[in-house]
Amino acid sequence: MQTPWIPFIPPSASTLSDKVDALYFYLVGVTIFFTLLIWGVLGFFVIKYRRRNRYEIPRPVAGSLKLETMWSVIPFIIAMTMFAWGAQVFFQLWRPPANAVEVYVVGKQWMWKIQHTTGQREINELHVPVGRKIKLIMTTEDVIHAFFVPAFRIKADVVPGRYTTLWFEATKPGRYHLFCAEYCGMNHSGMIGSVVAMEPTEFDSWLSGNTSQQSPAVAGQQIYTTLGCVSCHGASGEGGRGPALEGLFGKQVFLNNGQTVVADEGYIRESIVNPQAKLVNGFGPIMPTFQGQVSEEQLLQILAFIKSLQSETQPTTARPSGPVPGSSPAPAAAASPGAVNR
Amino acid sequence: MEEFTPPVPSKINYINAQYGLKSWLLTKDHKRIALLYLGSITFFFFIGGIYAMLIRLELLTPQGDLLQSTTYNKVFTQHGIIMVFFFLIPSIPATLGNFLVPMMIGAKDLAFPRINLLSWYIYMLGGIVTIYALLAGGVDTGWTFYTPFSTTFSNSYVVAAGLGIFINGFSSILTGLNFIVTIHTMRAPGMTWFRLPLFIWSHYATSLVMILGTPVIAITILLVAFERVARIGIFDPAVGGDPVLFQHLFWFYSHPAVYIMILPSMGVVSELIANFSRKNIFGYSFVAFSSLAIAVFGFLVWGHHLFVSGQSIYAGMIFSFLSFAVAVPSAIKVFNWTATLYKGSISFDTPMLYALGFIGLFTIGGMTGLFLATLGIDVHVTDTYFIVAHFHYIMVGGAIFGYLGGLHYWWPKISGRMYPDGWGRFSALLIFAGFNLTFFPQFVAGYLGMPRRYHAYPPEFQVFNVLSTAGASILAVGYLIPAVYLVWSMRYGKVAPGNPWNLPGLEWRTQSPPPTENFDYTPVVTWEAYEFAPPEETEVVGRFHDEVPEKV
Repeated sequence: MQTPWIPFIPPSASTLSDKVDALYFYLVGVTIFFTLLIWGVLGFFVIKYRRRNRYEIPRPVAGSLKLETMWSVIPFIIAMTMFAWGAQVFFQLWRPPANAVEVYVVGKQWMWKIQHTTGQREINELHVPVGRKIKLIMTTEDVIHAFFVPAFRIKADVVPGRYTTLWFEATKPGRYHLFCAEYCGMNHSGMIGSVVAMEPTEFDSWLSGNTSQQSPAVAGQQIYTTLGCVSCHGASGEGGRGPALEGLFGKQVFLNNGQTVVADEGYIRESIVNPQAKLVNGFGPIMPTFQGQVSEEQLLQILAFIKSLQSETQPTTARPSGPVPGSSPAPAAAASPGAVNR
Repeated sequence: MEEFTPPVPSKINYINAQYGLKSWLLTKDHKRIALLYLGSITFFFFIGGIYAMLIRLELLTPQGDLLQSTTYNKVFTQHGIIMVFFFLIPSIPATLGNFLVPMMIGAKDLAFPRINLLSWYIYMLGGIVTIYALLAGGVDTGWTFYTPFSTTFSNSYVVAAGLGIFINGFSSILTGLNFIVTIHTMRAPGMTWFRLPLFIWSHYATSLVMILGTPVIAITILLVAFERVARIGIFDPAVGGDPVLFQHLFWFYSHPAVYIMILPSMGVVSELIANFSRKNIFGYSFVAFSSLAIAVFGFLVWGHHLFVSGQSIYAGMIFSFLSFAVAVPSAIKVFNWTATLYKGSISFDTPMLYALGFIGLFTIGGMTGLFLATLGIDVHVTDTYFIVAHFHYIMVGGAIFGYLGGLHYWWPKISGRMYPDGWGRFSALLIFAGFNLTFFPQFVAGYLGMPRRYHAYPPEFQVFNVLSTAGASILAVGYLIPAVYLVWSMRYGKVAPGNPWNLPGLEWRTQSPPPTENFDYTPVVTWEAYEFAPPEETEVVGRFHDEVPEKV
């Protein structure tokens, strides 16, 4: 660990970690205050009013509505400050900024498989540049895991059958623990690794040293072709018997039951593994399921391909209502991820 | 204090009224059933304790060298299952509650004595099935049985262990039902609701949680079993299910279950604090209703276990808010207990040491609960040792301290013998010290990021684990001492008078041990709870005063 060790506090290496620590110190302060208050009063009373005589009977003391009100309302107000501050930090933790670089994460008993949009693959290691916002799009091939980086104060469960996200911006170069925090079976405690935060220049040279692999969008296009998606959705996603995929990501989709959904990662994944769940208005239930035929990694690659279709046609992402603010800068970003930030 | 002296003890009591194994196994006496439970839960406590020691020994070194990871996973799972379902949940209600609910309200027995015995048999059947699961090969899902690991991936005895818990749940439901009916219908003449000892109020609240919550865990376990055996597609996403749904169902029971553990303990502490300071409890109705408030709000906070599980952030906000709200009734209790000591006559008998220890530890346990209710902090500390430390402060520092305090307090009534007080105080202090040494370092390890359920861990966490293991060894000795001297005292202890502590409660107005019918005559209650001195003498203190009780 390159960062200095502060007693009882893990290294603080993300833009949010200091905010979480500040909140933590506030709660520690309140806890110490009330613990000492109660222990102090308790200790004072038990000494002062200790039984001095076997036969003494103290006079009863009347209750007090004022006191009861006081010690109900004051703790409640203090609790509300914790609630509000905690919720504010939480929202920052869970709302990824729009310009974050995406990284795909697949959990598997018992390893973390990671792929950058530029194609680099890693296992149990995640290299990231300092000072750039990174958004992880995560799922798992088997049980629930949790992606936990104590130095960044972030954690999220990785749930089968859906995508969860995490974002962070590392502030200090270093090698930090990556833990699986949700019990996942035999080798749970071996499902650990490192997040390596590097200076951007170092990161770029690390990237250029690992360029042999194809980007997930390109890999996704190959899978798209191999699986025969082209016959209905068109070679470049222009559509046909199936709905068009060009510019689909992040758009509202009208379903044949009158509802609308936003075409986010979860919707696209569901439409591949369970196509009948939400049918696009005007299209019949003709698509077969691909459940079991594509791995979670391949699904993420197809997703990357579909996202890349969008930015080819629409350089600026216009989204009517995007609760998933995941931006998709590929393939421009794929070529030089350094250009994404700022 | 002469007016509290019970009648001259006759030689016949509930213990020696009948002899023979059959007289115990077919008894309908709530006191004997309480003793059956006492023996059984002690057995399970020591099984769970052995697992705890294995965990602590394994974690002494970071490498994971004592046990294999599969064994370690089973050990912590079985520690949790045994301790939660077979010790903590039945601990106070089924032993002290069974013994004392009828006695404290002036009844001869519970409303349904046969159902009471049935509940013990169901408990034992559940226990035997669970022990079978442990012996046959064990279960490795964690006591939380999270899907899809438990339904699809675990190769251990999930269904058998689940069946044991499922069966055991019925014993909990029947006990709760029995208490509610008994408290409603069998109070002695004059024992109005607001004269009830707070122990009764807390058992009433606990019983509500038992009968409303337990069916949900039963359904959930059944669904896990169906999913595991037949893949019906409730929790497994590969067949259209939702794994997070399980967490909602599981915590809908298992969070209120924490209140099943802590509420009876709070009831015991209310008794101890009032009686060992010879004072009426400060703010009786606030303490009584805060139990009900905890029971009701306790059902609305389960989602705070799911802040990082992918549930909506707005749901997270609501659950966070409600979790803070449920902290208020707990705070009310702590402040009222403390205020009760004011101008009291405080003795330091063993039970009081446990009660004071309870308040001290529950304060830390409760305050650290606020960290977990705080969304921004929970993300970092959930599933780490911080949470392990927190819930042990509640369950051990809270529930077990209350249980041991109550057991010592009523031991003369239960056994007719006094325990050796010196050893009692010594072991209470030892348990307090050992407990803090075991669990306090885990708060620090947790914030530093040590995840829970890790068989091996990075070496920088070792110092905290060594402290924990050292503390656990002290704790183990602390638990063994009462086990030895309480058994010893049953034969060799000083014979206890009917009212060894000189207290006004109904249970002290009969001989020790009580006769099978509890009282020679149906008592008529003409006094308030904890009425040591006439209410006319009530002192109005300072600027904060209320009316003197209406009884004047």
